[in-house]
Order: sequence, then C-alpha cells, then structure tokens
Amino acid sequence: MAEAPAISPIVILLASVFTSNMVLSNFLGMCSFISISSEYKTASGLGAAVAMVTTITTVLNWLVYRLIMVPLGLEYLRYIIFIVVIAATVQIIEMALDRYFPELHMKLGVFLPLITVNCAIFGVSLFMVIRSYNFVQALFFGLGSGLGWWLAISALAAIRMKIAKNKLLRGLDGPAITFIITGIMALAFVGFSGIFVIQ
Amino acid sequence: MEILLTVISISLLGAALAAVVVLADLKLNDYGICAIDINDGQRVLSVKGGSTLLASLSSQDIFIPSACGGKATCGLCKINVLTNVGPVLPTEEPYLTEDEIGEGTRLACQLKVKNDLRVFIPEELFSIRRYRAKILKITDLTYDIKEFRFELLEPQAMEFAPGQYVQVDSKPYDGVEEVVSRAYSISSLPSEKGVLELIVRLVPGGVCSTFLHKHVKEGDELTLSGPFGDFYLREGADELLFIAGGSGLAPIKSMVLDILKKGLPKQMTFFFGAVRKRDLYYVDFFTELQEKYPNFRYIPALSDPGPDDDWNGEIGLITEVVARHVSDGQNKHAYLCGSPGMINACVDVLTKIGIDEERIFYDKF
Repeated sequence: MAEAPAISPIVILLASVFTSNMVLSNFLGMCSFISISSEYKTASGLGAAVAMVTTITTVLNWLVYRLIMVPLGLEYLRYIIFIVVIAATVQIIEMALDRYFPELHMKLGVFLPLITVNCAIFGVSLFMVIRSYNFVQALFFGLGSGLGWWLAISALAAIRMKIAKNKLLRGLDGPAITFIITGIMALAFVGFSGIFVIQ
Repeated sequence: MEILLTVISISLLGAALAAVVVLADLKLNDYGICAIDINDGQRVLSVKGGSTLLASLSSQDIFIPSACGGKATCGLCKINVLTNVGPVLPTEEPYLTEDEIGEGTRLACQLKVKNDLRVFIPEELFSIRRYRAKILKITDLTYDIKEFRFELLEPQAMEFAPGQYVQVDSKPYDGVEEVVSRAYSISSLPSEKGVLELIVRLVPGGVCSTFLHKHVKEGDELTLSGPFGDFYLREGADELLFIAGGSGLAPIKSMVLDILKKGLPKQMTFFFGAVRKRDLYYVDFFTELQEKYPNFRYIPALSDPGPDDDWNGEIGLITEVVARHVSDGQNKHAYLCGSPGMINACVDVLTKIGIDEERIFYDKF
C-alpha cells in the first residue's frame, strides 16, 4: 500500500474547503446542489447535514477499508461497500438524532434520507483511498470537504435569493441561471488555488 | 473462488450492517409505552412509542382521515396537540395556516409519539369506527349502478348525518392483489339503525367498484369504516336545491328523506342529471315522493336523449335546466354531489343566479 502523503491535516482541511472544493472544483454532489438551493435556510440545513455525514462516513469507510477490505484483498469492492456503509450510517444517524438531539433532527432530519446517495459524500470516501490518506488526514479531509460543500451551497443559495426578484431572460430562470452562477463561483474559487494544493 | 469470496464477503458485510441498523432501530426507536389522552380524559390510550401519531391512533381503532397514507401530501390528518412537542416540521408547514400553528394543529402522520401526549380530536372523528358488515341485498339500478344494502354486524349501529360517507375495504380478487378503501355516500337514513344502503357506480378499471360489482354476492361479509365527511344539511335557508349526477344521488336521497321524515318546513327541488334514459334510476321512488309531499319537487333531466328514449321531460345539461327553473338565490342553499366537472359548472351557474359560494355545499368524487 502506498505511503500516506506528507501533508499536514490542517492543510488538507483548508484545501478541501477552498482549493479542492467538492462542488466547485470536482463538480460532485451537483443534483442536490442545484435543486435545493433556492432558500438559504434549507440549503444551509442540507449543507450541515452533508458536512456531518461526510465526516462520519469518511472515518467509517477508512476503518472498513483498512481493517477489513485491505487484509482480505477486497479493495476492488470498495464502490459497493462504501455505498452500503454510507446508507446504513445515514439511517442510524437519523435515528440517533431523533432520539438524542430532537432540535437538530428538526433541522437536518428531512435531508438525511436525501443525501444517502449524494455523490460528493461517496466521492470523498473514494478520494481518500486513492490519495492513501492516513486516519487523521482522512478525518480532516472528510470534515473539510463537508464544510466546503456547506459553504458552497450556502453561498449559492444566498446569491439565488439575491437575484430571485430580478427579471431574467426567458428560459434562463431556474436551473439554467444556477449553472451559470455555479460556473462563476467556480472561477472565483480558482482564485484560492495559489494558497495550497492537494492534487 | 474469487467470485465466491466476493459474494460471501458482500453478503456478510451487508448482513452485518443490516443487523446494526436493526439493533439501532430497536434501541434508539424504543420510547417505551406512551399515554395518549384524548379530549381531556374522554379516552386514554396506551401505545408503544416510536411510531407516528396517525399509526398509533389507528392501531387503537381511531381513524383520522388520511388520503395519502401518511406521506404528508394530502394534509387531511390535522389534529390538535395540546402537549408541547416542539416546532412544526418542514414537511407539515405547507398544510398549516398560521392560526392553526398557533393552536397547536399538527399533521398526525408526521408527528412521532415519543412521550405522553394530550390531543384534541373533534367528536365527529372520534365516532369513526371500523365495522363488519354483511351484504343483505344487491339491486341493479342501471347498467352500471348497483344498490347495496348492508347489515352492520360489529358494532351494530352507526350514528351519522345524512350526506356523510363510509369507506369500504376491497378484498383481493382475480389477480388483483391490491386492497383499497373507497368512499361511498350513505343513501339510507340514520334512523334505519343497523342497516346501511350504498349506491355504487362501476368505474372502468376501478379496483373497489369492480370488486363490489363483480366479486361479491348477497350474504358476503366486508369491512367498512365511517362515517366521514362534512357534506350534511345546514341551518339557515328555507329553500333547498339538490343537484346530483350518477351515483351522486346517494347522499341527496338520505338528506331529502331525512327532511321529509322530520317534517321540516323546507321547499326542496331535486335536479338529477343523466345522459340517456338508461342512466336514470329511482324515478318512480322520487315521483311518488313528489306526489305525496307538496314541498318536494323532482326534476330529472337528460342531456342527450336517444331516439328510442321516448322522453318528454327536461332536456339539456343540468346547469341549463337549473338556470331555467331557479330565478333568484334568495333564502336558498344548494347541495351538489357529482363529478368535479359537473360541480364546478353548477357552482358557476348558481353564483350567477345569486347563491354565493358560502351557501353552496358539495361533495366531489
């Protein structure tokens, strides 16, 4: 197995928020990014849920990968196993929130089933394997990617609410203008790329 | 070998995760036994916590109307919760007005029972029960409408207001596995304790009407629940217009008979719209009522009588016939039952005549 790259976890955290943002530089998790970004409040709730699930599932998948799949030589099954782990985790998180943090469940609960199949979350688990991160690096990578996704969807929703009352050309309304905004946001995020780079 | 290993390891991992989820469900979803106090102690239920209020109530035979089956898409299962159970969920918001939120109204299908609750359920919902009923008699009324008389076995009588409906449960038949409940208005009188009469039109492709028309016989037992609905007689007018089409005659029959039986001083006109003569039924019955009671008028109308129909009654769409006979809306209430198209057209005509929408009551199906 490849050695873990010598990058500080803090750099990984910041890089995955800004320079290697899951949505804006890898274009993952686009479906919910586009469709649930017309209201800031809802978008932010979804973002928080994604951030939490990404962090937890990245850690779990790291453990499953290193402790079960690598010793048994099952690396080639990682796609299907990661998905199953994510799905089960989301289920359990939902139940646990409902039980112990009803307030939080009110805010995030409705989104949890939605993000079971969010490709950003799955992507983070795959990237962490491809880049052979160690445990701490994977944790910070998951956290950073989640936060980055949260930041991006919140910003997008805020912009969309700003322009909601403006007149648009016919046909540009809805997803079309959202894609254009996303593109401009991605360009803006390129501005961060001089700071630090991970892949 | 590798294939075998793959299959085994995926199965094991899947099973392990499933087991974890099941364990978590048992552990985390266990809220113990919760007490639901209905209408300040009128009835107190002990239910296992963790499922929705709607499911908990129906497990104890209290039926809250719900058309979508608990998916928060119909908004019918509103119920007042007096215990503070936290803010309204985003899934409930679209169906509740600000006033309702202030009063503690919630959607029973979205609210999970996690601790003891105090709720308020209106009397009319509280009286909804599931009944076992036996078919006494099936009568053909037209080529596609049948009359069913039921004897209530358990409980043995139903309190209802003329105009309300029951939901009949179908049973699997002929390869149709699906079991559905469909609403049928009661056409008999509440005073006929223990007997219910329903009028059922065969809807092409309809699961329940096909079941009732083709797969039951006299003596069969069925289940039904009720009474439901807010289509019943109101106070406040001396002249009543009844307009019905097809099997919409059922609740009107119950209402008219109720008024005649009680001897209320109301002028009633009953317009019944059909396409051809073969769609008319109960003509003799209503004609006799008209002869016997001077305050009841019966006006059947055909929109498209055939050449061999030998029809010398009213001809035209029911809206045209109503417009011909009703000149003003003073002191009048209108009760409509039929297809949405018919009702919408009638509401238009009646408001033009001068009966505003608050005085028009209807049951669309």
